Amino acid sequence: MMSVLVYTESENGKFKKSAFEVASYAYAVAQQLGTTVTAISFNADSNDTLGTYGVTKVLNISNDSLKTFNAKAYAHAITEAAKKEGSQVVIVSSSTDSKYLAPIVAAKLKAGYTPNVVTAPDNTSPFKVKRTVFSNKGFAHTTISTAIKVIGVSNNSFGAIENNSTATAEDFSPALTDADFATKSVEVDKVVGKATIADADIVVSGGRGLKGPENWGMIEELADVLGAATACSKPVSDLGWRPHSEHVGQTGKPVASNLYIAIGISGAIQHLAGISASKIKVVINTDPEAPFFKAADYGIVGDAFEVVPKLIEKLKEFKAQNA
Amino acid sequence: MKILVCISNVPDTTSKINFTEGDTKFDTNGVQFVINPNDEFGLTRAMWFKEKQGATVHVANVGGAATEPTIRKALAIGADEAIRVNAEPKDGFYVAQQLAEVVKNGGYDLVIAGRESIDYNGGMVPGMIATLLDMNFVNTCTCIEIDSDTVTATREIDGGKEKISTSLPLVIGGQKGLVQESDLRIPNMRGIMMARKKALTVVEPIDATAATTDVSFDKPAAKGAIKLIDADNIDELINLLHNEAKAI
Repeated sequence: MMSVLVYTESENGKFKKSAFEVASYAYAVAQQLGTTVTAISFNADSNDTLGTYGVTKVLNISNDSLKTFNAKAYAHAITEAAKKEGSQVVIVSSSTDSKYLAPIVAAKLKAGYTPNVVTAPDNTSPFKVKRTVFSNKGFAHTTISTAIKVIGVSNNSFGAIENNSTATAEDFSPALTDADFATKSVEVDKVVGKATIADADIVVSGGRGLKGPENWGMIEELADVLGAATACSKPVSDLGWRPHSEHVGQTGKPVASNLYIAIGISGAIQHLAGISASKIKVVINTDPEAPFFKAADYGIVGDAFEVVPKLIEKLKEFKAQNA
Repeated sequence: MKILVCISNVPDTTSKINFTEGDTKFDTNGVQFVINPNDEFGLTRAMWFKEKQGATVHVANVGGAATEPTIRKALAIGADEAIRVNAEPKDGFYVAQQLAEVVKNGGYDLVIAGRESIDYNGGMVPGMIATLLDMNFVNTCTCIEIDSDTVTATREIDGGKEKISTSLPLVIGGQKGLVQESDLRIPNMRGIMMARKKALTVVEPIDATAATTDVSFDKPAAKGAIKLIDADNIDELINLLHNEAKAI
């Protein structure tokens, strides 16, 4: 039985939080299969931290042409690594980049691919996983019948679990060609120094109840105090008050944060589906009949323009005391 | 330019999701089926290429005869012809193999599929078609411009966007942004009448196997009751979030 391969994502040389979660997941699968975990990393400053989450071997790629994510080239490298390691299971995250490359890897390896997996495999023979379907309105228990399996782990579902090992890195140089770079990145326009919806522990989200884009200052301030990412409902993005990349819900980005704070969002079924994987939900809305009150853990019936500034003030005090 | 828009027949976004036959099948009882929203954005963008750049637009779906109303709707919106691969969509890999065959036989320059279908959320069909046919591929695509064979596209990334240059032949996984929500078209009577006369070709599937099987389904556990906090008692909310929920 050859090692479980895990793609550990990094950005500017630092591993993302999801890298430790997928490494932990890979370790759980490896335990079930009686094997070890090999990670593949691209231009990481140091691979040592991966050992903390159960990785024993790292295929380390140092290649300037891979500094910016390129789905086809990365997929080629991961496929080559899987073949070299004889891996029967390849683990990726649910980031936008992982979801871009996973189908390419799966098609190259003639592997079955299940994204949005929320728990360790129920069984490894047949290989059976639990994944979200119908935009979090249901779960499917899915068997994968191919020799090689590609598993996409849902963000913030399995968690990062320490399993102290020592990761030994070895240099890996996949045989990339120009064809792997036929689709090129020209420019990346990304918020820097701020949590993203995909990675954030806390997401603060605003809806039409905020009345206009000029009122987003308090949403951003609340997010700053909490170290949270900002998000919005579909009508807000449709009205152009906020960019598409902040739209969360069934046809927007899914949210799986620890804490989701909905302000002035009524809670349409499509919105609730997209955010339901979040662990704790708070709603602030003037309308006590808003459907969000049925889906949330904590709620305040009140005017956002009065409640949110008070919440910001109190949170600042709380943060100062608990710093 | 020949464009193929791959459409998935999915439950309307407002549908209540239930399972039947001992939780082994999705319960379609009372469910309204629609064009997958991510596909509809792509279809509407394809109409732009048809009207502004003279593209020919075909739509394809893998499904039984029951999906034909959804396919006819795509024709009523303005697609020129439709192809239905007469097979149940067993899984994403199976569907991708069937659609790759359609793409190969039709000689399409651009294949537009949704970044994922809102039923099984696999998000794998466009990437697999591209890989099976060695075409270029842009996922979570929110903007596409084509000048002869040169393509400029934008894709959504976590926390922002990325501008991409590539070339035809190309597959995109599309989503909102390709066109605005307000640009989506509701078929008018003329479109619906014309759609009846347009070709809807039924082809038999190629021999392909599925890689995955959904053995059973279940639903998330019911939620506990909400705790309401008085708007004048923000301290209590912070206390609960800190001590009870351990979320801050």
